[in-house]
Amino acid sequence: MSDEEETQPTDDQKIEIAKWFLLNAPAGEIQYIAKDMKAVLQDETLYTTAAAVAFPLYNKSHMICLDFPDRSGEVMVTPFSEISENEYLDPRTAQVAVVDHVNQVCRRARPANDEELPTPYIEEYRYALDIEVTKYVSEAYPKGICSVYCVNGKDVEEPGLDFELVVVISAARLSPQNFCNGSWRSIWNVEFKDEAQFVEVRGTLQVGAHYFEEGNVQLDAKHECKDSTMLMSPEDCAHSVTTIIRHHETEYLNSLQTSYSKLPDATFKDLRRKLPVTRTLFPWHNTMQFSLRRDIQKSLGLEK
Amino acid sequence: MEAAMGLMRRIPPKHSEAALSALLSLLPHHSADLLSQVDQPLQVLCDVDSGKEFILCEYNRDADSYRSPWSNKYHPPLDDGLYPSQELRKLEMEANDVFAVYCDQYYEGGTSSVYIWENEDEGFIGCFLIKKDGSRTADGRRGYLEEGSWEAIHVIEVVPLDEATARYCLTSSVMLSLTTNDDSSGAFNLSGSIRRQMNMDLPVDEGHLCNMGRMIEEMESKLRYSLDQVYFGKTKEMICTLRPPSEPVQTSLSEQTNKRHS
Repeated sequence: MSDEEETQPTDDQKIEIAKWFLLNAPAGEIQYIAKDMKAVLQDETLYTTAAAVAFPLYNKSHMICLDFPDRSGEVMVTPFSEISENEYLDPRTAQVAVVDHVNQVCRRARPANDEELPTPYIEEYRYALDIEVTKYVSEAYPKGICSVYCVNGKDVEEPGLDFELVVVISAARLSPQNFCNGSWRSIWNVEFKDEAQFVEVRGTLQVGAHYFEEGNVQLDAKHECKDSTMLMSPEDCAHSVTTIIRHHETEYLNSLQTSYSKLPDATFKDLRRKLPVTRTLFPWHNTMQFSLRRDIQKSLGLEK
Repeated sequence: MEAAMGLMRRIPPKHSEAALSALLSLLPHHSADLLSQVDQPLQVLCDVDSGKEFILCEYNRDADSYRSPWSNKYHPPLDDGLYPSQELRKLEMEANDVFAVYCDQYYEGGTSSVYIWENEDEGFIGCFLIKKDGSRTADGRRGYLEEGSWEAIHVIEVVPLDEATARYCLTSSVMLSLTTNDDSSGAFNLSGSIRRQMNMDLPVDEGHLCNMGRMIEEMESKLRYSLDQVYFGKTKEMICTLRPPSEPVQTSLSEQTNKRHS
């Protein structure tokens, strides 16, 4: 590391740094990072500028869930439910939430107007899928939330045109007192292709965990998958798509467990063995012998 | 400063170099503290004489040059650099040779370096470093890892207590990262860092190197176990809490098999 005096970073650079720290906060930890960042920056104005940009991106990426002020339901902050920077649609209750990103709360709600909602034709599919997915999520996740949005073709009024729905599932487990936080996010794009009469399903699953008692260890895992089914009635499609989602998510969880189970004896071994090949501890007292042996090994060309 | 350490505990370990850089630029007055309390990824240089690699750290640095433990020369050359005494240099050379074999035995590759220099009161400080790249393109023998690195820094302070005993204070940090990537499970990355301390009073009849070596070996085994079972284990537990596996019987079978192997 160079010893020269670093010139103070510019205000813009400081803002970029603050944004970077905030955006890279693990699930559920942005407020802690915010507090520490403020202390390090020592400048309210710069921090506020950075937070105004970073928080919306973070919230959408982590698909945070906020309660409506009147407790009539929840809204998920996602790129798919975004009406404008501070407004997010909840199709289930047909309301739009006005959101304070930096404080991560919903300030107020208003009914969604017609242009913001899909047509009755699309809504049939969206609603049926929502019912099935909600049922699945309540069975598979102790504390999962989900929603279904129309991201393409929401004005389609009858068969003949393609449209696309997105299923988002998010589960977060925050246990700061145990120094452990984790999150699961799935995004399933469901494309209804009218001409071919089939439905293409593409999923992105992202899992993270952070354990930080006297240390800092994080898991970051991501997986993509594809599947398809026939275009049928809304209820049959919903059932089929949900079965696909359930299947792939279960498979993925199993493969994560397999990855973990290979760690102690296989994967980790590529980094450091538990014991040398001799299966005994290193003979430190026999150092002279070892130096000699190594020289012999070298001269015999046995070393790699 | 506390806030800075708080940030370092939360930022994903793979970004820790960038995070430290950012903090150093924001808090130049705390740079000494930051550099000593936050572990940075280890860098290596190649010794011009022997062609062997050596690890760079604050303990072999003088101005902008680094001293190689193999040739005892500064890279780039320095007119009046600091050197350990002849006696300590002898110990340092022996330590490097032996530690290299230790490294081979446990790491099946990798680079090691040891630096020793005077401390007050006839004591000395030794810094033992290991850097292993376990990715399949480097030293990963079994080819599991797309990316993998283990870096260990052990700083051990030795103070003679009397003719026959000495006190050893060891502070160890391990930073590791592993990434597997295949079709069925996608990208899987576990990374982290932990730091621990250990103090022991030991007889010196077998020599300092023996004592230091054994402490480091014990510490590394503890850290490896801790990372594997506790730290990685907790993240796995978290996942299963988020979305419990739907076939509990199979899970406990595989967990039992795990327990038998570990």
